[in-house]
Amino acid sequence: MKQLLILSFLLAQSLCVFSQKYITQSGTISFFSEAPIENIESTNNQVSSVINLENGQLVFSLLMKAFVFEKALMQEHFNEKYVESEIYPKAIFKGQIQDFDNMELSTTPLDVTVIGTLTIHGESHEITNVGQMYFDENNRIRVNSKIEVALDQYKIKIPSSVQENISNTIAITIQMEYEKLD
Amino acid sequence: MKNWIKRGIAVHIFIILSTAVQGQDDLLELLNAQEEPETSFTIATFKSTRLVSGHSVETNKKGDLQFLIGHRFGRINSGWRELYGIDNATIRFGFEYGLTDNLNIGIGRSSFQKTYDGNIKWRFLRQKYGAEEFPLTATWVSTMYVLANEFPNTERENYFNQRLSFNHTLLLARKFGKLFSLQLMPTVMHRNLVATEQDENTVFAMGAGTSIRLTGSVRFNVEYHYIFPNQIASPVGGEDVTNALSLGVDLETGGHVFQLHITNSRGMTEKYLVGETTGVWGDGDIHFGFNVSRVFTTKKHKKIP
Repeated sequence: MKQLLILSFLLAQSLCVFSQKYITQSGTISFFSEAPIENIESTNNQVSSVINLENGQLVFSLLMKAFVFEKALMQEHFNEKYVESEIYPKAIFKGQIQDFDNMELSTTPLDVTVIGTLTIHGESHEITNVGQMYFDENNRIRVNSKIEVALDQYKIKIPSSVQENISNTIAITIQMEYEKLD
Repeated sequence: MKNWIKRGIAVHIFIILSTAVQGQDDLLELLNAQEEPETSFTIATFKSTRLVSGHSVETNKKGDLQFLIGHRFGRINSGWRELYGIDNATIRFGFEYGLTDNLNIGIGRSSFQKTYDGNIKWRFLRQKYGAEEFPLTATWVSTMYVLANEFPNTERENYFNQRLSFNHTLLLARKFGKLFSLQLMPTVMHRNLVATEQDENTVFAMGAGTSIRLTGSVRFNVEYHYIFPNQIASPVGGEDVTNALSLGVDLETGGHVFQLHITNSRGMTEKYLVGETTGVWGDGDIHFGFNVSRVFTTKKHKKIP
């Protein structure tokens, strides 16, 4: 009994100590909004994220002000009027890869589903992402995904004067490259 | 012995549970620990490079070309025959360009006294927060004016430098939260030609202004210039010189900012605001006016592949 207890205790400890975490601070997330007058696109290539390969949990964190637009004025309006990044500087996603225990991650791209909570502009909603995940030749984990976000759900208001220029649904592209955390 | 086992199991379960439940928060903490402390500049202290008629601390970004067009109508107390001043408009149009995010140059031309103006504007300190903090934004603006109208006295010998005036203003602004911005504008105005010996060539004034955010696209602004006493003796156009007070609303629609205002000054540059304003609010000497500003992007940020 005692030996069993010690053994399982060690097992639990080993889960904590020998971590299987993969991390990046230079992931890329871009978004695109198609509108009759002017398409709006922007990229953030300073996205932080970490995946825990023991349980399939992953977390994303990014600074809204790190989104770069072609037009400087657009960038200022994005930060000041729409996402209000002085008040809500970060967007965060906490998710769980579904059916992770039965998954064999390899160099072949694997379709995965992630369910989690996305927080933008101080508003949190559960979303489901579908994407691909695989090891590349340098033993890094690659994750690619596309999601759509409805601005009104996150209380990002579009003034009626520019409603023609900005669509409510924004297509978001996610490209990540994780390195093993020692 | 039994107690020892029970306690062991409890600790064990606790560890397993806590790793499972707090897993995502631990991951987030791990990310936060990796981050370097950030410094952010305060943005959009004002909506435009002009508060009402005078400059704000804002500058055009590098490569941005701003086209400004302003109208000031006649006095609303001029009566129905003049359609309350609408018949009698003065106009200024100008261009301003961002050499860098902090250094702008501009030119303009006012119909009143056929004045050309050129300015240089340098934002040399910026309000910031986060890892590094600084409480205010400071911008220096110097403007030169050339009057191209007929000399007032053609009997005597006139020189070109009599046409020149110069203005130097230090703009100090702070944004409090996201709703409220305040600006102070200590100003020195030099006129090469004044009416009499009792008029100072160099006039000192203190301006103050505020901007209040009503919505993301709409703001309410106030601008006031106080001229220190005993500097201006002669009337302008038969009326005593007064301090300029203007109230305005900004409407921003993407690339355009529309500024609508009521003011006792017809000036669209400091030369008129400070030293040539003669309207009296209490008497109804109020002008309706507007500025329209459009920004053209000539240099785009490089796309991140």
